[in-house]
Amino acid sequence: MIPAPFAYACPSTIDEALQAVASGGEDVKILAGGQSLIPVMRLRLAAPETVVDLTRVAELRGVREDGDAIVIGAMTTHSDVLADPLIARYAPLIAEATETVADRQVRHRGTFGGALAHADPAGDLPAVALALDAEFVVAGLEGRRTVAASDFFVDYLTTVLQEGELLVEIRVPRREGWGMHYEKFTRVAQAWSIVAVAAAVRMEGSRIAEARIGLTNMGPTPLRASATEAALTGAEATAEVIAAAAQHAAENTSPSSDLNAQADYRHHLAQVLTRRAVTAAAGL
Amino acid sequence: MTQISVRVDGTPYDDDVEPRTLLVHYLREQLGKVGTVVGCDTSNCGACTVHLDGEAVKSCTVFAVQADGCEVTTIEGISPNGTLHPMQKAFHEMHGLQCGFCTPGMIMASIDLVNDNPDPSEDEVREGIEGNLCRCTGYQNIVRAVQQAAGEMHGRSTAGDTLGAQS
Amino acid sequence: MTLVEEPTAAGTAPEKEIGRARRRKEDARLITGRTTWTDNMVLPGMLHLAVVRSPVAHGKITSIDVSAAQQAPGVVAVLTGRDVADEQGSLPCAWPVTPDMVNPGHPSIAVDEVNHVGEAVAVIVARSKVAAQDAVELVDVDYDLLPVVLDMEQAVEPGADLTHDHTSSNTSYHFVFDAGEAGTGGDTEQAFADAEVVVSRRFVQQRLIPAFMEPRSVVVQPQGDNYTLWSSTQIPHILRVMLAMVTGVPEHKLRVIAPDVGGGFGGKITPTPEEVITLLVARRLGKPIKWTETRSESLMTAHHGRDQIQFIDVAADREGNVKGLRVRLLADMGAYLRLITPGIPALGAFMFPGIYKFPAYRFECDGVFTNKVPTDAYRGAGRPEATFAIERIMDELAVELGMDPLEVRRKNWIQAAEFPFTTVAGLQYDSGDYEQATQDALDLFGYAELRAEQQRRRESGDPVQLGIGFSTFTEMCGLAPSRVLGSLSFGAGGWESASIRMLPTGKVEVVTGSTPHGQGHETAWSQLVADSLGVPFEDVEVLHGDTSISSRGLDTYGSRSLVVGGSAVVKAADKVVAKARKIAAHLLEASEDDLEFSGGTFSVRGTPGTGLGIQEIALAVFAAHNYPEGIEPSIDAEATFDPENFSFPHGTHLCAMEVDTDTGLVKIRKYACVDDIGTIVNPLIVEGQVHGGLAQGIAQALYEEAVYDADGNLTTGTFVDYLVPSAADLPHFDTGNTVHTAPGNPIGAKGVGEAGCIASTPAVVNAAIDAVRHLGVSDIRMPLTPERVWRAIHHGGDGGDRASARTNAQAVDSSEGPSTQGGNR
Repeated sequence: MIPAPFAYACPSTIDEALQAVASGGEDVKILAGGQSLIPVMRLRLAAPETVVDLTRVAELRGVREDGDAIVIGAMTTHSDVLADPLIARYAPLIAEATETVADRQVRHRGTFGGALAHADPAGDLPAVALALDAEFVVAGLEGRRTVAASDFFVDYLTTVLQEGELLVEIRVPRREGWGMHYEKFTRVAQAWSIVAVAAAVRMEGSRIAEARIGLTNMGPTPLRASATEAALTGAEATAEVIAAAAQHAAENTSPSSDLNAQADYRHHLAQVLTRRAVTAAAGL
Repeated sequence: MTQISVRVDGTPYDDDVEPRTLLVHYLREQLGKVGTVVGCDTSNCGACTVHLDGEAVKSCTVFAVQADGCEVTTIEGISPNGTLHPMQKAFHEMHGLQCGFCTPGMIMASIDLVNDNPDPSEDEVREGIEGNLCRCTGYQNIVRAVQQAAGEMHGRSTAGDTLGAQS
Repeated sequence: MTLVEEPTAAGTAPEKEIGRARRRKEDARLITGRTTWTDNMVLPGMLHLAVVRSPVAHGKITSIDVSAAQQAPGVVAVLTGRDVADEQGSLPCAWPVTPDMVNPGHPSIAVDEVNHVGEAVAVIVARSKVAAQDAVELVDVDYDLLPVVLDMEQAVEPGADLTHDHTSSNTSYHFVFDAGEAGTGGDTEQAFADAEVVVSRRFVQQRLIPAFMEPRSVVVQPQGDNYTLWSSTQIPHILRVMLAMVTGVPEHKLRVIAPDVGGGFGGKITPTPEEVITLLVARRLGKPIKWTETRSESLMTAHHGRDQIQFIDVAADREGNVKGLRVRLLADMGAYLRLITPGIPALGAFMFPGIYKFPAYRFECDGVFTNKVPTDAYRGAGRPEATFAIERIMDELAVELGMDPLEVRRKNWIQAAEFPFTTVAGLQYDSGDYEQATQDALDLFGYAELRAEQQRRRESGDPVQLGIGFSTFTEMCGLAPSRVLGSLSFGAGGWESASIRMLPTGKVEVVTGSTPHGQGHETAWSQLVADSLGVPFEDVEVLHGDTSISSRGLDTYGSRSLVVGGSAVVKAADKVVAKARKIAAHLLEASEDDLEFSGGTFSVRGTPGTGLGIQEIALAVFAAHNYPEGIEPSIDAEATFDPENFSFPHGTHLCAMEVDTDTGLVKIRKYACVDDIGTIVNPLIVEGQVHGGLAQGIAQALYEEAVYDADGNLTTGTFVDYLVPSAADLPHFDTGNTVHTAPGNPIGAKGVGEAGCIASTPAVVNAAIDAVRHLGVSDIRMPLTPERVWRAIHHGGDGGDRASARTNAQAVDSSEGPSTQGGNR
């Protein structure tokens, strides 16, 4: 299939992009890597009036250090994320999850910011961003604002991004020395997550000093396994403790039922995968 | 219509395209590069894989306008006429194809993989080509072919027994 | 074509080619992108066709407004079913399995009523593909919705809603084979009445989608009152006959070409609505027309496969000797009957007894209509269903008896010394040795170590359990003896044709009626001819797939190509040699009886130094200056081969499966198989066919299922949801062969295209169940999704939870199965 016709803008700066979005008419879609948008347009499930392609906005690409954070440009491709030394050092969870996204061709085009702004509940990166307390820098014609990950994801495929706004970069706190693991559960390699768990823990000796756990596909938005995090904080990192804490992983979640899994099975998976993710992150 | 300038398999082209034209349709219908095929509409099968500025992409999930100013390499451009790229040769020698419809994409993805990983293990090959579906071969001989080609592309001697051995 | 061929010394005859792992001739164009897929075709003035499809599964068409589409840019014509009602006829069904089979008729474009989602209701013809697709959205169709029939078991209940409102029930036919009545076995009811042990199960063969990689495509070029049709089809010859009969275009005015075809697996075995429509539109407009489907269209509207509910009972004594077998099937036809839709379960009917010596057997099948896309052939076509049922229930019988599953099989299988063996289904199995194949497979597998590991994991309560599954199978290949097909009411024969043309330079053209779509005919046939004629492999070109070049043929399906088509090639080559012998005798001034033919050369026995090559003879008859009186100056020949029996490949497949009891995820740890497919012409191609078959059989067990929602929409309508496995999802295969040649054809081959697909599915499922049987699991519904496996372990039942689900955890006697015929057991 071929998409329905649309007007195309290909800005080279953020300001041009914002102008293009503002003047694009009623239904504007922002094209990042296009790996989710283009298939949807081909199936004619989306038929935007205007497509604003960010591919050539160079200032949206790349990873840099800024104080206590690393800053990832929204248009940094998954491949670039995987090759980036700052991410490998300070936020390896992002790389680990990114490696599970689709396939190498898709990772060459798909972008970190695009995946976050798309906010698919089965996507891998939103839960990671949530677990790592990332901040989202959003630009509009009126200026910029910064949104915490916990506020960014609003509903199924919906974020706080308003019409006319662009996600420009993501600030991720540097967490050197944390243990991290992304535990993904799928039926086939290429598929979206049925459930996945992103875990980051800071150990102090044999104790878990801090734990952050993000859940993929356990509701319309990514979620934190807060009860599990609380149970782990300050606890001795033993198999029994982790298993007991993981029993709370599905609390306050509302997963959907679909071809791959009913909600009750997703609840169960969240517990098992949380146990595995935390165990791996804690280095047990 | 938007004008684009693109080099495909070493030849420069200036063409007008509709923004909605997919790169694969531009290649097939405007340039006659029918070696690259379309197998699905959801970016799953990988049959349309080409290299865009040296990286494997699914040309059904890239608009032709996005290739403006870029270098595109298809299955028709990886070796001079009358010769074979080591990956093509290995697919032939290892019987890594049957109907051949997935083969151009499979070869392009495999070259990309071996460019990144000069000596992939069996599991690394399997994961490296997870974005390319083949319905005929069961993949085993494709895996073998990619490993053989990796050896040849990076100057290692190739396996002595090139028959898809019954092991 | 010399790009990838291995050079041999010019002019020297090769070593024996049969058995040699020749690299394929086909590859040269396929690996370089120099292909001729139908969609590559561009013709001057060509128009493009797009199909408007029904979004409802069952409804009356109350109005169609095409005016907006007609006005759209680039649109040349819009046609509805009403517009072509007088010329479109009905798509053919060639297999009326019973005399009273109900065929509701199959319009290519729906006229009054739609019966499945995706059915064509109108077509757009436009100057570009884009314009045609854009206009599809402008056609406004109104429907009066009718009840949707989806569940076979409900569909056969009295008073059920109807798939077609002009039929009296949803049952197309009731097919029975009873060995007692046929005289090939004892009284089945008596066998069950006398049995010490009866095990009964209900198995579900889920609906599958062939999912060939090349989407279907059709191009028609009208030339006066002649038409050339290119199609991505397995069956150009059959298609030509059928299109002539359906559309009234005279057969001799229609040329059908199957160029490079990207896989089929049965999925391109039937004439399609789109082929008929494209031809009709080309005839009406007098312009070349192209239609190419999208993947979503393909998954939604190209025929599906499998989809049976199987009730199977086995009777045995306490020692494990089987006494009787009883099978009742509900087979989903979908909404219409395509070329061999009703015959698929009938093909399987004779294979349920498998390799076992059942003294009594009864088979019954109801073909059932539902508002889904029609089913038809998919790799194995009837035989995977049969093999699955028997190989699954042999495991269940072993459990019931407390015996080793291999021991129960061994006790009952046909012994090597008993071939040829006539089975309870009346088939004569040709050759083989099940013991040897099994022993070889066990060795390849490392059986003892895996069993020991299984035991360790059991004892330690490891969350990851290990199981081992067997499938000791046979299948029926080499379709087919024409007389047998006639006795089964099939609408055609099963012969195959070949001809050989000796060119003046000594090169050889082989024309085959068996049309490949990835199998490697060009290579294997070259090997056959190289041996028969003693000419170099490189000197042979194989032509196929064009009815004006290859005028007679019955095409490729049912693992028949080498067995039947290859045999025709060998027979034709024998005729060439016989004709050349007369010329040679004349030129060598010797008696024919004194000539010997070896390595491509005729020589006079006892006279060293004499010799005339068959390639030289080709030039001599071309010049025709000097040849014997009374014969024609040609050594070309053709042959038609009609086998007298099927061939019966067999093998033993072993699967070791890890089951994560925490999540239900299954992972194949090891897979080994030993297949006996008779003579191996090209071991490379054979291995490839086995691998590919295994992938599809494993995919049925683990990944694939066509799922419809309650309204009859296909929810697995893209490759996002219909899970064709990638390289990362499949294991390494360890394969081997034993060789017991087939006595029924000159090559001795049995057929290999379907073996892996037929054998593997039950081995995989048996392995998964073996891993968790101690946790109370006795069945898991295919595909073995992690959720189903987890539910089966933790909640009981078979883990199935979708439409038509009825747990088969409890043994269900087949007599409890619904039947439209009532109490006819």
